[in-house]
Amino acid sequence: MSATPTSTEQQLRIVIVGHVDHGKSTFVGRLLADTDSLPTGKMEALIASCKKRGVDFEYAFLMDALQSERDQNITIDTAQIWFKTARRQYVIIDAPGHKEFIKNMVTGAAQADAAFLLIAANEGVQEQSRRHGTLLSLLGLKQVVVLVNKMDLVGYDQKVYDGIETEYRAFLKGLGVEPLAFVPMSAREGANVAVQEPKLAWYKGLTVLKQLDKFESPPQPTDAALRFPIQDVYRFDHRRILGGRIESGKLKVGDKLTFWPGGKSSTVASIERWSAAASDTAVTGESVGITLSEQIFVERGHVATHLESPLVQSHEIHARVFWLGKQPLDKIKRYKLKLATQEAEVQVKEIRSVLDSDSLTGKVGGAEAVQRNEVAELILMSRTPVAFDNNDLFTGTGRFVLVDGYDMSGGGIVFGHAYADPSHVSTDIFYNQGQVTGAEREKLKGHKGAVLWLTGLSGSGKSTIANALERELTRQGVHCYQLDGDNLRFGLNRDLGFGTEDRRENIRRAAEVALLFSDATTVTLVSLISPFREDRARARELAREAGVPFVEIFVDAPLGVCEKRDPKGLYAKARRGEIAQFTGLSSPYEAPETPELVLATDTLSVDASVAKILDLVMPLIRIKG
Amino acid sequence: MSQRYPHLDKLEAQSVYIMREAFAKFENLAMLWSIGKDSNVMMWLARKAFFGNVPFPVVHVDTSYKIPEMIQFRDQQAKDLGLDLVVGENSEVLKAGNTFPNGKATRVECCGMLKKDALQTILNAKGYTAVFAGIRRDEEGTRAKERYFSPRGKDFAWDFKDQPPELWDQFKTDFAPDTHIRIHPLLHWTEVNIWEYIHQESIPVVGLYFAKDGKRYRSLGCAPCTSPVDSQATTVPEIITELRATKVAERSTRAQDAESEHAFEQLRAQGYM
Repeated sequence: MSATPTSTEQQLRIVIVGHVDHGKSTFVGRLLADTDSLPTGKMEALIASCKKRGVDFEYAFLMDALQSERDQNITIDTAQIWFKTARRQYVIIDAPGHKEFIKNMVTGAAQADAAFLLIAANEGVQEQSRRHGTLLSLLGLKQVVVLVNKMDLVGYDQKVYDGIETEYRAFLKGLGVEPLAFVPMSAREGANVAVQEPKLAWYKGLTVLKQLDKFESPPQPTDAALRFPIQDVYRFDHRRILGGRIESGKLKVGDKLTFWPGGKSSTVASIERWSAAASDTAVTGESVGITLSEQIFVERGHVATHLESPLVQSHEIHARVFWLGKQPLDKIKRYKLKLATQEAEVQVKEIRSVLDSDSLTGKVGGAEAVQRNEVAELILMSRTPVAFDNNDLFTGTGRFVLVDGYDMSGGGIVFGHAYADPSHVSTDIFYNQGQVTGAEREKLKGHKGAVLWLTGLSGSGKSTIANALERELTRQGVHCYQLDGDNLRFGLNRDLGFGTEDRRENIRRAAEVALLFSDATTVTLVSLISPFREDRARARELAREAGVPFVEIFVDAPLGVCEKRDPKGLYAKARRGEIAQFTGLSSPYEAPETPELVLATDTLSVDASVAKILDLVMPLIRIKG
Repeated sequence: MSQRYPHLDKLEAQSVYIMREAFAKFENLAMLWSIGKDSNVMMWLARKAFFGNVPFPVVHVDTSYKIPEMIQFRDQQAKDLGLDLVVGENSEVLKAGNTFPNGKATRVECCGMLKKDALQTILNAKGYTAVFAGIRRDEEGTRAKERYFSPRGKDFAWDFKDQPPELWDQFKTDFAPDTHIRIHPLLHWTEVNIWEYIHQESIPVVGLYFAKDGKRYRSLGCAPCTSPVDSQATTVPEIITELRATKVAERSTRAQDAESEHAFEQLRAQGYM
């Protein structure tokens, strides 16, 4: 639809919600027809098609584009249509009212700046009228106008209207929603849509169209504190660019930023854009890139803030959640939480209350699960720390979705968390740049540091090779040290188990420790099964950031050979079902795609393996010049 | 820059956000490039997102019926931008000649074979798990109901009766093996927005869009099924002025849409763009 106002005001997105058959699609069709917004021939074509199929023309057919929607005369999925008034351009989002399609209603409403909620005068407030009101408040929609539709069916009776207004206003008040207005109207008859209806002369307010232009564009929180979630780290050329969209506040070159979770700090060196006017400031809503002066480890998921306004970092999240999943939300399963660009594995720790699903007014305590289309207050628990905000302060970092398997199954908003005093979090975590340089250390020891990462199945020969390598390097006067996966679990990593998250954390810690050793100019041998490519890539990335050579060595022996060797008797145990998630049997091993070295230990001797490693590594640790 | 349209800033930032999300989440990602104005804007937005780079292959499904100027434009752009261009076609059908109008196929069947089937073949051959497509909600009724990240089944089908929810810029990035995701970074743009952006950014487009002897192409497809509209617009600002006033639908010149009332819905449900 062609609809571009001459003004440059931001377009406003309006969602139309309400109970099934309360006239939402009819209302949108009427709005388009009465403002002359339809393309030439559209109306005529629809009227002809209705005649052919022997049905009466409905304005709703203009929005219900799918054949099955027209056949059943209901809206299945949300549709969007453009339309304009003298003030600005609108996107009208028509949401389905049927209980079965709540996820589509939520999808439509989540994109809107304001809402019209329709209640049919002849039926009054119904289940979905209440549910949609509740969801609007959870989705953070503050501008709501209630349209009491189908007034023609109740003879334009003011008493009917007054009753509905009183009842629904009280309901919304309980949710903390203050509607901007109530308007009596009839979409089918065009009463009070574009023109005042004489039969509704007792109503002194505005028509729907006039009310529409009174909605305000959402404020861009440029003056609020900075929230800059990192989407990705790019290295297309010599620059290392952190890309993302600024959800709140502004940043400029020279600003000290803190990255959460973690709290590492660095300074903005430049703001990167392509084919755009250069500026050393970036504000709310901009998708930009930045580079940093001090190279610290930052990855997708981190959120940058200024030092004085940190987020909350916690393993526990208090939230209000609406659940759309086919399976209930329970305390046993693990879910993937996605908040801004962060992802974390979470579990429901406690369900505080579930909103009664019929009346949506009372609360039920002590529930063990949240059913589809229910709303609940609960506490989520994450294995890794998550950085977030209370939703009333920052929406972009104060809301999240939950993924069950492959499906996005619920959404939630965070509330009630206390913020740490920034004076405690900011100053003591600056990276302390010591006085002794890397070059001095190297000179003292006569070589550089490096990380040699040995990955492979249990029994492939990692430890055997590492032991022999350590012996040989020492003989040659190279300072070296072995970090063995099992040994680390005796001390540093003794709090970790063997689940996915814990194995990942195990590897992260091993990588961080290896880097500290390497920074101290020690050649560090890491022998860890480290079955997942992503985890090894992360270790490699950490080394790259620190400027330390990283050599990935794939100790490759067929599963059958490893199982036959079984030096620790683990395969036998796993076969008996005594070890869950055993790599190679019940948990996958992702072989490296481009390792620096592959050692086929079923044919290659230990000595030959060590020789191959030395050939590769010695030139890397040599001091040049 | 010739002219600024401030209301485009938010649209641009949203598209860039979507493209970066896709690039971060999918390893085997490609972009569909029809050579039309929308996919050229999409290409530009990719370069905005990735600081001048187009860091994934660009797939053009060639029906062999495209207007020759489009192919010239494609090859020139591919050369100028150093694109990793992948061209797909349904060679069997073309060889057998079962196409519209000379063969035995209707317009809709022809579209299904030369575009949808050819696309399916190339995606399977290359193992792409996600592709960018430059469709917009304001083009047509079923596209108005699309998601930014829209899953397609093993058989390529779009299950429009059971689409995943999409909340607060959190998109569907988890999916079963053998399915793929269509990503629609331009979904929220209108036709006029596209031209305003072309104006603001000076984005190159095929010359066919500009009026010659009182006619111009408003939407580009295959020569047998696309016809020009009456127009005097010879520049981008003139096109913008013309579109602001018109009440004719954009795809009204695409004959396959009009073959039956639900022709386009059927095509899309089977996997068409």
